[in-house]
Amino acid sequence: MKIDKAVIAQTPESSPKSSLLREKGLMKGFIDHYSETRGKTIIYSSALLMIIAVVAITLFLTVQGLRSFFVDHINFWSFITGTKWSLDQTNGASYGAFPFIFGSLSVTLLAAVFATPVAVGCALFMAEIAKKWGQRVLQPIIEILVGIPSVVYGLIGLSVIVPFMRVHFGGSGFNLLAGSLVVGIMILPTVASIAADSLRAVPDSLREASFAIGGTKWQTIWRVVIPAAGSSIVTAIILGMSRAFGEALAVQMVIGNTFQMPHSIFAPAATLTTVITGSMGDTTTGSVSNDVLWSLGLILLVISYIFILIIRMLAKRRNA
Amino acid sequence: MSSKVTNRIALSLIVLCAIIMAGILAALLGYILVNGVTSISWHFLTSESDPFLAGGGIKDQLWNSFYVLIITMILTVPIGTSGGIYLAEYAKPGKLTSFIRSCVEVLASLPSIVVGMFGMLIFVNYFQFRFSVLSGALALTVFNLPVIVRVTEDGFHSLSSHQKEGGLALGLTHWHTIKTILLPAAFPSILTGIILSAGRVFGESAALLFTAGMSTPNLNFTNWNPASPTSPLNMFRSAETLSVHIWAVNTSGIIPDIQTVANGSAAVLVICVLLFNLLARGLGKVINNKLSGKS
Repeated sequence: MKIDKAVIAQTPESSPKSSLLREKGLMKGFIDHYSETRGKTIIYSSALLMIIAVVAITLFLTVQGLRSFFVDHINFWSFITGTKWSLDQTNGASYGAFPFIFGSLSVTLLAAVFATPVAVGCALFMAEIAKKWGQRVLQPIIEILVGIPSVVYGLIGLSVIVPFMRVHFGGSGFNLLAGSLVVGIMILPTVASIAADSLRAVPDSLREASFAIGGTKWQTIWRVVIPAAGSSIVTAIILGMSRAFGEALAVQMVIGNTFQMPHSIFAPAATLTTVITGSMGDTTTGSVSNDVLWSLGLILLVISYIFILIIRMLAKRRNA
Repeated sequence: MSSKVTNRIALSLIVLCAIIMAGILAALLGYILVNGVTSISWHFLTSESDPFLAGGGIKDQLWNSFYVLIITMILTVPIGTSGGIYLAEYAKPGKLTSFIRSCVEVLASLPSIVVGMFGMLIFVNYFQFRFSVLSGALALTVFNLPVIVRVTEDGFHSLSSHQKEGGLALGLTHWHTIKTILLPAAFPSILTGIILSAGRVFGESAALLFTAGMSTPNLNFTNWNPASPTSPLNMFRSAETLSVHIWAVNTSGIIPDIQTVANGSAAVLVICVLLFNLLARGLGKVINNKLSGKS
């Protein structure tokens, strides 16, 4: 047996006896349009590029974001928990990012609170009540809403929601609630379409069993379909929240952008993203004021990663 | 309360949610189009924006938006489709594959402003591209890649395995099969996805703020030499796109007709995105019919 194997290994696989370099070996792999080597090179380098992109983003933003702690010696703890933010170098600068972290998280949560009931209701309508025409009418509506650029949502917020707030709740009209509403409307279609997909994945046999024991449509939805699709719906909401969390310009246009801690939802506020967009242009690269903005970016990145981890964990639990 | 009454109430609430969703779309589109279309005129589309006076147009911004979009697509489509083909055809289940999958997922869910900051750090500052069309397009490439990868992967997965097996049975290499059989068959769905993603790229603003910049040099539309600094084709000049323009005019603009310009630009933006949407649907259908011989 051993000898046989050795013989087979030595026999060349019916290769033409040509001495031309391009007809065999490494060169051929790249010249022939249909060769496997050439294809694999293209394909694998693209896949590699994706890894490089993610690693580079994480690495460079982390290094740049840590500068303010290691080069400028700002205390990390007081940066996270401090409530006073001032980039004015002459009157004693102060870097407390807590109001923005708080602003970002409250905008995200409020947006989810606004969007979830309507989005889930919409998904139920598409997946449970009007399966055929609900799908045909609402699906395009949702797709168009997803496609509308975020600045347009911001512009609408600025010209409709802000004046409305000003008239009914006083103040300038630029406040936390306006920001949350704009983002809430923005994430509505995303949440609805993912929730609808997860509701459709619930097998019909469950619904039929519920109807068979005399359950009404609502009882079936509430007691059978929603629990069965539960963790997918939660995933949809968290995906929406991560989108709300990262939204920059739409929020920036309506939230008011003060550096103070908001004392109510009718007070102007700021989020991590709005501070970065608002101040980045006014600072010079390498200065302390610029470094702290990159640190805010790092916090943004870290919280985005936390969202991604939560989504992955939910997906894993679902599959297990 | 009897279960029947609860049923009625709950179901009507669900219908109400659907009506709210439809209402939001109608209100949004209605508001944008009604307010914006009146300010769109030939003059508005073909004159330069004015930093101080009323009556400026959006010619440069519109051109920049399309130019950045085209460069982004030239960069994204080959890389994205190859990445998708890798995941659909070559990836063996294992640690590396799941790592690449996580990378795509991470790229897809990173906030666009983070991508913009990365672009500023790498392309603008490190590679010294400055605020330019190229930096913007590269940042948008990072932003758009995961979408194209997913679209391609889904397109390949929806093909029946007979096609692949047929190719392999004829003795073709895997790559030959992909190139001549699978890719053409998956083309309609990939194209639809690409056009839809183009709409997303067209409206993107946060990633462009720090990469393509918020100003445009005076462009000379008779000069098509890409190396000239005033040429519209120059890739190393700063380029304010339409969506960035809407934001910039509203937050830091000092022109007296902010409302008109913003509404008009928003209407143009929304109309373009809607056109991309319609095109994607229409083209997908047409090509599908042609391929399946229904014509």
